[in-house]
Amino acid sequence: MSSDRVSAMDTSATAPQALGAGRGVSAWLDRHSSKVFILPAVIVILAFSIFPLIVSAYLSLTRFRLAPGGFELRWAGFRNFDRLLFGSEQYHFLGTFGAVGWFGWIVMLGGAALIIWWLVRYWISGRARVVGTIGRLITATVAFGIIVLATVTLSDGGAFGSLMVTLFYITVGCSIQFAIALGLALLCAKPIRGRSFFRVVFFMPLMVTPVGIAYMFRMLADMSKGPLEPIWSLFGFADVAWANDAWAARMVVVIGDSWQWIAFIFIVMLAALESQPRDQIEAAQLDGAGPWQVFRDVTWPTIVPVAATVMLIRVIEAFKIIDLPNVLTNGGPGIATESMTLHAFFAWRTQDLGGSAAIGYMLLFVAVVICVSFFNLVVQRQKARFT
Amino acid sequence: MTAAAPNQPKGLYAKLFEPKRLGIMAPGTSVLVYAGLLFWTIVVLFPLYWLLVTSFKLPIDVNEGPRYLPFVDYEPSLHAWDYLLVEVGGDTFRPYVNSVIIAAISTILAVLAGSMAAYALARITYKPRFASILSFVVGIIAVIVLTVVAGVPWWLSLIVGLAIFALLARTVARRFRARLGNGDILFWMISQRILPPVIVAVPVYVMFQRIGLLDTHIAMIITYATVNLPIVVWLMHDFFLSIPRDLDESAEMDGATKFQIFFDIVLPLAKPGIAATSLLVLVLAWNEYLLALFLSSVDAQTMPLLVAAQNATRGPQWWSMSVLILLMIIPVVLIALALQRFIAKGLLVGAVKG
Repeated sequence: MSSDRVSAMDTSATAPQALGAGRGVSAWLDRHSSKVFILPAVIVILAFSIFPLIVSAYLSLTRFRLAPGGFELRWAGFRNFDRLLFGSEQYHFLGTFGAVGWFGWIVMLGGAALIIWWLVRYWISGRARVVGTIGRLITATVAFGIIVLATVTLSDGGAFGSLMVTLFYITVGCSIQFAIALGLALLCAKPIRGRSFFRVVFFMPLMVTPVGIAYMFRMLADMSKGPLEPIWSLFGFADVAWANDAWAARMVVVIGDSWQWIAFIFIVMLAALESQPRDQIEAAQLDGAGPWQVFRDVTWPTIVPVAATVMLIRVIEAFKIIDLPNVLTNGGPGIATESMTLHAFFAWRTQDLGGSAAIGYMLLFVAVVICVSFFNLVVQRQKARFT
Repeated sequence: MTAAAPNQPKGLYAKLFEPKRLGIMAPGTSVLVYAGLLFWTIVVLFPLYWLLVTSFKLPIDVNEGPRYLPFVDYEPSLHAWDYLLVEVGGDTFRPYVNSVIIAAISTILAVLAGSMAAYALARITYKPRFASILSFVVGIIAVIVLTVVAGVPWWLSLIVGLAIFALLARTVARRFRARLGNGDILFWMISQRILPPVIVAVPVYVMFQRIGLLDTHIAMIITYATVNLPIVVWLMHDFFLSIPRDLDESAEMDGATKFQIFFDIVLPLAKPGIAATSLLVLVLAWNEYLLALFLSSVDAQTMPLLVAAQNATRGPQWWSMSVLILLMIIPVVLIALALQRFIAKGLLVGAVKG
């Protein structure tokens, strides 16, 4: 900063203006420093997050229509949400419902029993609070809704809508990413040569733009002209068109996403592993503990708080997936790879602003419930145990 | 310090997998470890290698099945590079310069505003009244209702909204006691990251359209800075907590202003955190796609849009895409290499305590 800052006698923000305080801009800034420090962030967030959020809430309750000389918004009440949940867009958002077989009923009843047991255990634990109960009831309702939706759309004749596709990307993608990233971090934490080389190489995918990754994987996954063609021919898959198969297309999206984000989880997990004290591990090894025991009893408890936080960041970002499905498959075949963000984008492109905002709000609701539940039930608890 | 008891005969498994000393690996383990590392190195580098060789291919080399090695399988050609950098050079450089400007300035703004807020939340106690915040929300709703429903010009409704807020905050809000703390503000800021960009994209689009800033650098910079601000606050807050308070206090004794303390003492100490956070934010801004799709069309077009556009009219132009993706990767990888030693450390502090 410049040299014209006048030294002020009193720099505490809460105290009244001291007599000897300097004049001029810098003195004024210093007196109000507690506000000046935080206001830029607050104003920007209010103007470009909170304000649009409220506008969006209004948009989701209207129908947008181009009119002579601009556009008009007509009040529609909850019709946009109604359309998504029960009306003509239900197949697109929730999915097509199949006939639930006996296995589906067992899964749903089992899920319900587990959730009720989890709630009851909380109530009889003696730590139950009103806020905690409300939060857990919301979590339980959403969890049960997801279980029912998953069962119904996976049954015979059912198909995923954009909500389940997004959740599929998150659960399957994030588990794969965490497992592989942790494995790589464990390998890199061994006494190996060239650790910094591997660290740099494994970190690189994070630098590639997701649009680029999508095109890259379209090239690689090309069964007849891609570089893996000899392997596919060997197994007789050369004529398989993965883009026409819903599950294959979804897996290609997950693989592309994983290729990028394993890098991020890996670098943080490796840092966590490197910062844990060596003597504990050596003591355990001297006591005759095998590698699995060392990992389970010594390593895992010290890295689990970091793992919980990094996975929270990953899950938050995973809700926003759009580039990969848009470029890799354009949401197809049909709507099989369409994430919620992509769904909202398509709605916006067809001038359905109200519908787009409604999908956005549904996404916000699911994301907030899942991320806050994850934060309160997993991250906080791991931290509490850690400290 | 043998791992196996000395009086037992060693089996093959023990020979291969039990280390002779602590701190080194047994031969079998080390083979497996290096195999795993090598496998993932291939998984990471092969797609990038494929980009590189594809960028030197002619369309015919791509369309006739896989060709792996330049000079052996096919004759490399510079036509894609030549086409993008010379023939339509202007159309390539403009988005590139846009991307550089937007990513760099939005990163600087986000890191500056974010770390200032994070520092303040780590050091100063805030007690905003709950009722003031409520009256602010009432003011915003008044602005929206007036503009959208009643058709009042946006600047007029903004003034009315601010007036309503001031009035409520001065009168009604004073009567309520409930206050929020630093933790609430921090959680509020960080939780903005959960907000899906698609939900704010449409209103932000309309907003910039109204004030005539659509498809400009300013609009993109402000939006990107806002979107990335929560990450900065999240990661930097714990970094500032880990810097001892005594330093601030002794500097304050010596008569330094709050800003001198922040910029001259605390920020230099937080360098690893700043480096890691800046890199992460830079990468996110550099690669952002969805908001760019909404907010820019020609003048402020960024590189991800240009890459995506290579699929437009004549089918996918694999060679051009490869060139563009490589052009996008190179600068970030160089920056990442330069900041390499800070990254892990910087991210870790935020993650452990965040």
